[in-house]
Amino acid sequence: MTYISIIITYVFISNLILTQFLGMCPFIGVSKNVESAVGMGFAVTFVMAIASLTTWAIQYFVLVPLHIEFLQTITFILVIASLVQFVEMVIQKVAPPLYKALGIFLPLITTNCAVLGIALIVVRSGYNAMESFLGGVAAGLGFLLAILIMSTIRERLDTERIPRAIKGIPIAFIAAGLMALAFMAFDKALLKNLLG
Amino acid sequence: MLKEFTKGLFKENPIFIIVLGLCPALGVSTKVINALGMGAGVIFVLLCSNILVSLLKDFIPDKVRIPSYIVIIASFVTIVEMVMQAYSPALYKNLGVFVPLIVVNCVILGRAEAFANKNTVLPSIMDGLGMGLGFTIGLVLIAVVREILGAGTITIFPIGSFDGVIPIPGLVNSPVRVIGLAAGALLVMGYLKAFFNWYLDRK
Repeated sequence: MTYISIIITYVFISNLILTQFLGMCPFIGVSKNVESAVGMGFAVTFVMAIASLTTWAIQYFVLVPLHIEFLQTITFILVIASLVQFVEMVIQKVAPPLYKALGIFLPLITTNCAVLGIALIVVRSGYNAMESFLGGVAAGLGFLLAILIMSTIRERLDTERIPRAIKGIPIAFIAAGLMALAFMAFDKALLKNLLG
Repeated sequence: MLKEFTKGLFKENPIFIIVLGLCPALGVSTKVINALGMGAGVIFVLLCSNILVSLLKDFIPDKVRIPSYIVIIASFVTIVEMVMQAYSPALYKNLGVFVPLIVVNCVILGRAEAFANKNTVLPSIMDGLGMGLGFTIGLVLIAVVREILGAGTITIFPIGSFDGVIPIPGLVNSPVRVIGLAAGALLVMGYLKAFFNWYLDRK
């Protein structure tokens, strides 16, 4: 796959939230207002980019040569958990304003299944280092796009009159479902038409 | 003791009331059998991690408890992964990336943090079983709705000459395909949650 097609694939065609349901908890939980949604989106993109590159290296330089691929799940989650901690400490020291913006979201990312999900997906797709990194970045951008659209919808919904039973989480799911319907317009055929 | 078991089934149902563990709930609910397989995996991991966490709660330093829980959970998930790969490769292939993703299922980590590290072994076992069953019930409910509407069938275990697929007359020839797709999962989840809200409100 070319680099551009990887980016289009993970941002639009197999958007992690809207087609694979990965990262559903933060998607519903942190999308109540635009500001925190954007913060969460950028934090996830940042961690995903580093995580998918790191787990790629672990897979091909440690697990495969030692023939211990069955330990993949446990090593990946440990790597991601410590990576999140590490990123948090580095940002706090190097870029305090960035830490102020992203800080509260970083600890939540460890249990965001999208991060482990994209790490596993890129390894299972057999990408090389550059493709894995781009896959991580693109999946993060896809997450950012979805959560940004979702938060603007939910801010609008706050001022509308909604029946009590579907207020809050149910209406968020229904809105997400309609968004997913719209995203079905992006499919493999579109990619073929775009890139020939 | 029985209360710890039954609370997970309906009153504190992980999927519909607490709204946790949604990724697998939506991702694997295209067929009833996938939901049952996923549910069995989650019950096993939840039960084992609850037992181990409640036994080790006095030995794990408070500062590193979350990473320790993750290691415990990940070990059991690896066991589930290997067993499923060996005995039920078709199911393993259908569930795909969602099997290793049991590690980050918030229900399991949530129970370890909220229940097992404050209680003794026996209540933790009851809590794990109840929450696991509640999760499975929620998952199967979504899967039943999606499979009946989206494919017009109900797929369960094949027994003898019965191949495990029950066709629903009238729907099997012209199903509502969109319910089986990604968008349908989100819509079904939304309406089911709305139904539960309405039901709890009315009481």
